[in-house]
Amino acid sequence: MKTKRIFGFFALLLIFGASFAMGISAAKDHIVDDGYGIGDVAADFSLKNVDGKMVSLSDYANAKGFLVIFTCNTCPYAKAYEDRIIALDKKYKSKGVPVIAINPNTKSGDGFAEMQERAKEKGFTYPYLHDEGQKVYPQYGATKTPHVFLLEKTQTGNVVRYIGAIDDNYQDASQVDEKFVENAVDALLAGKEINPNTTKAIGCGIK
Amino acid sequence: MNRLLIFLLMVALMVGCGDGKKPKDVADNQEVAVESQNEEKVAFPTYDFEGLEPLLHKEDDQTYIINFWATWCKPCLEELPHFERIREEQKNNNVKVILVSLDMPHMWKSRLEPYVKNKRIQSEVVILDDPKQNEWIPKVDEEWGGGIPATLIYNKEKRQFFEKGFTYEELNEALSKFIK
Repeated sequence: MKTKRIFGFFALLLIFGASFAMGISAAKDHIVDDGYGIGDVAADFSLKNVDGKMVSLSDYANAKGFLVIFTCNTCPYAKAYEDRIIALDKKYKSKGVPVIAINPNTKSGDGFAEMQERAKEKGFTYPYLHDEGQKVYPQYGATKTPHVFLLEKTQTGNVVRYIGAIDDNYQDASQVDEKFVENAVDALLAGKEINPNTTKAIGCGIK
Repeated sequence: MNRLLIFLLMVALMVGCGDGKKPKDVADNQEVAVESQNEEKVAFPTYDFEGLEPLLHKEDDQTYIINFWATWCKPCLEELPHFERIREEQKNNNVKVILVSLDMPHMWKSRLEPYVKNKRIQSEVVILDDPKQNEWIPKVDEEWGGGIPATLIYNKEKRQFFEKGFTYEELNEALSKFIK
């Protein structure tokens, strides 16, 4: 199916005689990632929170940005990061960059009732949204949990500034050398360049 | 001395696994394994990326199928039987399958060992225990985003990386480009 999509994309490119065919040929052997890249404007969404209310980015009139984090109940990596996600929200909500968590999974263990339960148990301080119909995560290009997208609110929309992992040690928060997300948000708030703006980590595929 | 150690370890492993497999299958990496066996008595060699890396760059006459998986990764478990089947079918064709587990340390004893034992997995299993993922993921392949299952197929002439799950047919086809 992916191949079909790649070919379809290729055909489109040919039809339009686009000039960026080079980039595509490089990606031909790999699965084309349809999601956002750094600098793209992320679409808003309206998803149901564990408290039953709908949440959109546009609800946050005073936010400077958002930490949109795709995470879930069931993945061992996501669980290992739960406390650190709560800490991120505590640290940056007051600075105008709240955490918005989205659960993209639909399989058992990640149902809405189970999400409500987990949010209560852990005392999530941020919205934990159910990606009903799994429409939002493919738009973003989230491939696994946890997967972080840092957005900056600008005149033209919410611009993607960082994509990747929370930090460089999933096993042990005390052994972390580089706090990727914190560094990124700090740089964003200080108007500095974010470096690195993409990082990689093992995660659970979205089901 | 060294040989004696290797021999003892092989015996220990065979007894430990209780499957009486031919020692040849586990023999290749024993020397490295000796160093890492001293921790917690896990039944599999445990490496950081530096330790694993030589397995990704062997220059002998074999074709290596290196599969990254974990017991918590459902699609990984679904494709494991295909790797086992290929290993059996291609073992006289200089093909070697290595299953690199990314299970977390607390799962080694509780999940990984029982899984490998209960499913009677014959392919070589090693553990990659290196939290600095942002550093080592690109070293396996620049294009790898970190999702599993993921598989590297290589020999001394070529290599190809797949960030996806395989059916038996797909795996066979991918491998056919490596064996003459």
